[in-house]
Amino acid sequence: MSTGIKPKHQRLVLLIIALVALVGAGLLAAWALRNQANYFYLPSEIVSEAPGPDEAVRLGGMVEMGSINTAEDGVTVQFIVGDGDARVPVSFTGIVPALFVEGSGVVAEGSMGADGTFIATNLLAKHDENYMPRELEGMSTEEVRAEIEATLE
Amino acid sequence: MIAEFGLAALWLAAALAGLQLFAGFMGLRPGGEGTAVLARPAALVQALLCGISFLVLLWLFARTDLSVALVAANSHSAKPLIFKLSGAWGNHEGSMLLWVTVMALAGGLIAFIERRLPEKTMLATLGSQAFVALGFYAFLLFSSNPFERLPVAPMEGNGLNPLLQDIGLAFHPPTLYFGYVGLSVAFSFVVGALLTRQVTPEFARVMRPWVLGAWCLLTVGITAGSYWAYYELGWGGWWFWDPVENASLMPWLAATALLHSVSVLAARDALRAWTVMLGVIAFSMSMVGTFLVRSGILTSVHAFAVDPERGSFILALLALNIGGALAIFATRAGTVAEGERFSVLSREGALVINNVALSAILGIVLLGTLYPLLTEAFDVRVSVGPPYFNPVSAIFLFPMLVVLAIGPILRWRGDSFARIRMPVISLGLLLLVSIIALWVITGIGILPLLGLALALVVAVGSLLPLRGRSLRRLPIAVWGMVIAHFGVAVALFGMASDTAFQQERLVAANIGDVVEVGPWSAQLESVTPVAGPNWTAIEASLTLFYEGKEVTTAHPQARSFWSPPTETSEVALTTRRNGQLYTALGNQAEDGRWQLRLWWKPFVTWIWFGGLLIALGGALALVGRVVGDIRRRVAGKKITDRKADQEALAAEAAS
Repeated sequence: MSTGIKPKHQRLVLLIIALVALVGAGLLAAWALRNQANYFYLPSEIVSEAPGPDEAVRLGGMVEMGSINTAEDGVTVQFIVGDGDARVPVSFTGIVPALFVEGSGVVAEGSMGADGTFIATNLLAKHDENYMPRELEGMSTEEVRAEIEATLE
Repeated sequence: MIAEFGLAALWLAAALAGLQLFAGFMGLRPGGEGTAVLARPAALVQALLCGISFLVLLWLFARTDLSVALVAANSHSAKPLIFKLSGAWGNHEGSMLLWVTVMALAGGLIAFIERRLPEKTMLATLGSQAFVALGFYAFLLFSSNPFERLPVAPMEGNGLNPLLQDIGLAFHPPTLYFGYVGLSVAFSFVVGALLTRQVTPEFARVMRPWVLGAWCLLTVGITAGSYWAYYELGWGGWWFWDPVENASLMPWLAATALLHSVSVLAARDALRAWTVMLGVIAFSMSMVGTFLVRSGILTSVHAFAVDPERGSFILALLALNIGGALAIFATRAGTVAEGERFSVLSREGALVINNVALSAILGIVLLGTLYPLLTEAFDVRVSVGPPYFNPVSAIFLFPMLVVLAIGPILRWRGDSFARIRMPVISLGLLLLVSIIALWVITGIGILPLLGLALALVVAVGSLLPLRGRSLRRLPIAVWGMVIAHFGVAVALFGMASDTAFQQERLVAANIGDVVEVGPWSAQLESVTPVAGPNWTAIEASLTLFYEGKEVTTAHPQARSFWSPPTETSEVALTTRRNGQLYTALGNQAEDGRWQLRLWWKPFVTWIWFGGLLIALGGALALVGRVVGDIRRRVAGKKITDRKADQEALAAEAAS
């Protein structure tokens, strides 16, 4: 394949391949990011404009007091996440994080089910005393912020 | 008194870095030779002073001197000595002092031994090293003084985060830091070579050991970090595409590209401007990584030591160093002459593809890591995870691996397809057959399927350079390459087979229940409370059966530390040659059953085994290169000696 092309032109070919690949990578990344990024929702936002059933999103809010229920199988928990304006039922199958308790902040990763329940595949709660999912910092609803600050104390 | 001594040594070291910068600068000007001779001694004394300063900090931690704020905040008199010492760098101030110390030691080392480059280039290199170091000295002395005293010494220290009281983790951050510092040395060589227009193969040979060393340490650091996250977080995963993980991966990707391009420059005097550019990028990525980790600007599961103010200081340093280097590059790149030519089908051509693919992956990871920051500016909160990173980086990774399989058997400069037809066709057939076979037999997802097939092809391809050569006389550096490439295949096989074949069971079990997962069954025998030195835990005892035969027991725990209060999950790992059984204990349900989570992870350990093989390959290449350099130097000296002898004899005969 290389016979007949001058070395100078071969360099040019390599340079063009390299540029095309790098620009392609940038465009591909930009396109994929628009499609694959997980958007973060507050309960009131997810109620007013629900994402599609297959779309992976994050839902963040406070675990409502007295709402955690363990199902028959012993490994599925159901609870309600609220932000003072709206309440969203969440279902999660797995081992909940150690600091997942009622009245504290949580970020659930997953998607909305057809019946309006959020199906979580992962729960992020405080991971140690100093860690808090950043999405929960400075949320719009004042009460939520106050409660989170209280949680972080 | 001792603490003040350490601080004084640090100030003096900073002053010497200033002198070194000045001397290096004067060395570039006509008539500045008188000042320029000070550069090397300044670097040596600076290394000595920094070393003393760091030893003082170790001493303060070993004695638990609580009048020092840093010791009081991070240590405890009852800790074992090894964790007292590792506590010295397990915090922000101490780790920055370690960084500066290692940097000063590296600077002292090159000042002491490196005489191969033109003296002006060396002076520019030392000056640039001093410039980078001065930024970190300012950072230490003005915003994170490790020797600060408390007005009143407390009775007892605060202790250390229990997650960090782990022997692996005591040495994980320093390993990465040493890697970053190695890249800073490479960066200084690049700036020196650019300033004096000496981008030559000799420069590449001088820089190469530093790149190789840094790259080995980064490889070990990432491998260890991945294993730590695997067993300590208790989520069964080994890579989360978390910002902190990406922060260590990005310098590694850049260093991998640099490592290959510097070899081209050393061997063939090609890819000059590109190598220089990669040298700048690799160090930039180290600083971006440090910035991301230290500033806590992104959500991370590993967020330990975060402080926004310090983050902005590192950001300013980053802008200064990288902006400066890029400005120099922009003004000098035109004067870097075009290197030797080569054809597309050649070793150089394959390495260019390697470099382009690695740079593309680097760009993809960087964009994905920073994207949440970008959108946050428009008040949209997003997170980016595996659904983005895995497929998008695979688009560039997989073609690169195909090239990896055949690249090492290509000749430099130019090759003919006829010569390599046989191995290429056999590898192509192997790839095709294994893809079809895996497709038909297993029906697994496209990414793990291609991963498994390519692991096989890369494993075979990596051994091809050994074909028809005397294994006894093969240079060590070639062994290094073969082993590192083979390690890539091993790690890839582990990743793909864990992704494709792992099985998970999540149950609530009563005492006596049997849980089955893959070839394993586990019987829950008991759940009992246990206590350690600074924690309490509940511990499950499981009897494990592999294919029906009782083999061993497993004891996963849920631990609670009390100072500071932290909950951790201590998973039980049962390793066999063909994989690992991963057992985690959850909470107790209201009806008394215990949550158990079991994963059967076929060949998962190969991931880290492969990582270590890659690092071993790098270490062998480093040894091979250094030994080669020394031999060449000794031989060169012999030749000049003999010449001198002959001339003396000739002169004698003439007289």
